[in-house]
Amino acid sequence: MLGKLSWQAIPLDQPIPLVAAAIVGLALAGALIWVTVKGYVPYLWREWITSVDHKRIGVMYCLLALVMLLRGFIDALMMRSQQALAFHAPGFLPPVHYDQIFSAHGTIMILFMAMPFMIGLMNFAVPLQLGVRDVAFPTLNSVSFWLTAAGALLLNISLVVGEFARTGWLPYPPLSELRYSPGVGVDYYLWAVQISGVGTLMAGINMVTTILKMRARGMSYMRMPIFCWTSLASSLLIVAAFPILTATLAMLTLDRYLGFHFFTNEAGGNPMMFMNLIWAWGHPEVYILILPAFGVFSEVIATFSGKPLFGYRSMVAATMAICILSFLVWLHHFFTMGAGGDVNGFFGVMTMIIAVPTGVKIFNWLFTLYGGRVRFTASLLWALGFMVTFVIGGMTGVLLAVPPADFLLHNSLFLVAHFHNVIIGGVLFGAFAGYGYWFPKAFGFTLDEGLGKAAFAFWFTGFYVAFMPLYVLGLLGMTRRLQHYDNPEWRVWLLMAGVGALLILCGIGLQVAQLAVSIRTRDRRRDVTGDPWDGRTLEWSTASPPPSFNFAVLPQVRGEDAYWAMKRARRAGEASAEAPRYEPIEAPRNNPTGFVAAFFAVVIGFSMIWHIWWLVLLGLAGFYATFVVFAWRDVEDTEISAAEAARIDAANLAARGEVRSLAGPA
Amino acid sequence: MSGAVAAAGYATGVGEGGPASKRIIVGYGFWIFLLSDIVMFSALFAAYSVLSGATAGGPAPRQIVNLDTVALETGCLLASSFAGGMASLAVARRSALWTQVALLVTGLLGLAFLLQELREFVGLINRGDGPDRSAFLSAFFTLVGCHGLHVTAGLLWLGTMMAQVLAKGFRRDVLHRLLCFTLFWHALDIIWVAIFTMVYLIGATS
Repeated sequence: MLGKLSWQAIPLDQPIPLVAAAIVGLALAGALIWVTVKGYVPYLWREWITSVDHKRIGVMYCLLALVMLLRGFIDALMMRSQQALAFHAPGFLPPVHYDQIFSAHGTIMILFMAMPFMIGLMNFAVPLQLGVRDVAFPTLNSVSFWLTAAGALLLNISLVVGEFARTGWLPYPPLSELRYSPGVGVDYYLWAVQISGVGTLMAGINMVTTILKMRARGMSYMRMPIFCWTSLASSLLIVAAFPILTATLAMLTLDRYLGFHFFTNEAGGNPMMFMNLIWAWGHPEVYILILPAFGVFSEVIATFSGKPLFGYRSMVAATMAICILSFLVWLHHFFTMGAGGDVNGFFGVMTMIIAVPTGVKIFNWLFTLYGGRVRFTASLLWALGFMVTFVIGGMTGVLLAVPPADFLLHNSLFLVAHFHNVIIGGVLFGAFAGYGYWFPKAFGFTLDEGLGKAAFAFWFTGFYVAFMPLYVLGLLGMTRRLQHYDNPEWRVWLLMAGVGALLILCGIGLQVAQLAVSIRTRDRRRDVTGDPWDGRTLEWSTASPPPSFNFAVLPQVRGEDAYWAMKRARRAGEASAEAPRYEPIEAPRNNPTGFVAAFFAVVIGFSMIWHIWWLVLLGLAGFYATFVVFAWRDVEDTEISAAEAARIDAANLAARGEVRSLAGPA
Repeated sequence: MSGAVAAAGYATGVGEGGPASKRIIVGYGFWIFLLSDIVMFSALFAAYSVLSGATAGGPAPRQIVNLDTVALETGCLLASSFAGGMASLAVARRSALWTQVALLVTGLLGLAFLLQELREFVGLINRGDGPDRSAFLSAFFTLVGCHGLHVTAGLLWLGTMMAQVLAKGFRRDVLHRLLCFTLFWHALDIIWVAIFTMVYLIGATS
């Protein structure tokens, strides 16, 4: 009846996951009870859970990312403390548990923290920057988000029901095959990542269509804000790379469920094919993460330098060059496979070539800052911290790109230090910069700058204290994923890394405090003008938070930095005093399709993991029925009347003390 | 987005022309999806190419390919696509009757394809040459089966579309979905042509 599921699946003998699950469960239950008692459920259902507004969905993506950041960071703290303690000692985490923790840490941080954070920022900012009212497919957008959340939920269920994979964040066969991993851990990984991956693919398709087919009048490609360009590059990579992940995970799933032989040791299976396929997705994946972050830094640096971005065209070219090159380097993840000197040489050179467009970007940012009227806000500090840190991470990356050096450093802590160097220093710093930068746009009040800067200081120093020792440890020969060790030389560096993790903990604490304090004092930090940073792009030309339809009158773009040009024209008195002409607006209706589809996705995933076949069929039927019901709806859009749009817009215009003048003929 | 007016020299959705119409956006987005689907198939094709020699003592491609049945299968699928094209023409003329007839023929030919494929699979499995026999057979069943799964999903979709045309008529969103469905159905043909060549033709002659 329940497949492999029984009471034995609950790890009653292991206190750590049980206590963790109890805390999470209590927190969830507490939040649910609080929401219910306060009577917020109908509001949440109407305005958030069923929302198809790209801004709301973007905010929910970022919220998911922040929650998963906490989960992934707790894993990191446990690993750091285990390695600090496990010198000639077993530590407090048995290998079976430690292995699950490092696997979950990587999976969560990449796929359920960094990805949702970047997609969330893209979702929120891109349609606003393009001067349009929503993404191309609003309901599909909601489906994408909820499928990602479904994957995250499945992964967290593994904490208390069963176990998670012990195979690392990429489940390399033959270890991940049924013979060597007979438990449900790898299955949890497969279904969580598969479901969220489908959501990500849909989000990528949506974003590509939005950027290529829906831009305000006058916004040609070379007038798009650079964040839109990097989002486009990143979304193109999603469309081209995520299907490979889907196929690869499906093959491993078939191996495990139906006795196929794609990656097995016997019957002609080829484990190395998994490495090739997974990295043909995996390497573009890291650029999917970093490119939007590059876009955030470009916006932040230009805005807070009060200058147009230096070398806009070269920035676009560099972005698209990285987009293409990212597909030509995957083999550097396994130089040690033994593909031979020629193959390794090719991929080594290609890898080093990627440093060129990246270097172009660094110089562009430097020259943007140069001679600018720089305002050192928290967002800009993240950007400056990024530039220093990312250059170091990039240089160690070039070191690893040299095949002979890689043979020594492969799978050592040097590698671990390198990718944390670029992912924390690049992606995460970018996410935080974007979070602070667009927060007032999303919620209508600014975040506390003092606490934000303090959080940056702790994160920045914490990062260096935590990860520079790992470079040393890698050179001392320490390999990754060690549960215990007996080399006294390593000890001091591991303790230092542990201190670094604690400094980062302080940074995270300060970020939580920043959010709490800012919410409490929101009344005196209101952003009434909608343009708190003296911004340059169209998102700052509408109210904070923007109305559901973003722009009462779709803007007309006449050059790069569209909003900056509008403001200058107005100051110069060139703007005509013509009143904007409002038209009725068609807005997509909120609907629960995404949420319901994700519910059935969780049912399918969970019952597949536990081999509850009848429930799988039920879930599939429900999933299909959800979309049929959606297809059957008779009213697609609601209409917002011209008078209503005018009323909402008037409040915004009055707050700015301006008459919208560059609205163009409506 | 219907209120968008093209700037001089540009159609909507191009250059400075402003947002494209809903129909263009839907079709364009679906094309992007089809491209991603083809990328997924390319991963399966790559796996098939790598593993096609890994027979582990089991049958080689030459021994499981029957070109006669495959020719019939291919005929059914291509004819089904032709019928799908006829459905598009009927939709363009807003003829509900002919749309339903053409979609029905499309579906029946698709079903005929699927049943033949299923028979081929069952025959192989009964012979002991199922996907668990060797890596080659795993790749074979996955690549061909994934296409079959797409056809199955397409048939479900087709049934839903017929019901929509019946219940809702040629509404704007129904028209968009019919456009996407025919794109999907033709894309499956393209993939089948590649499978036919790589798996069956090359398999029979190797």
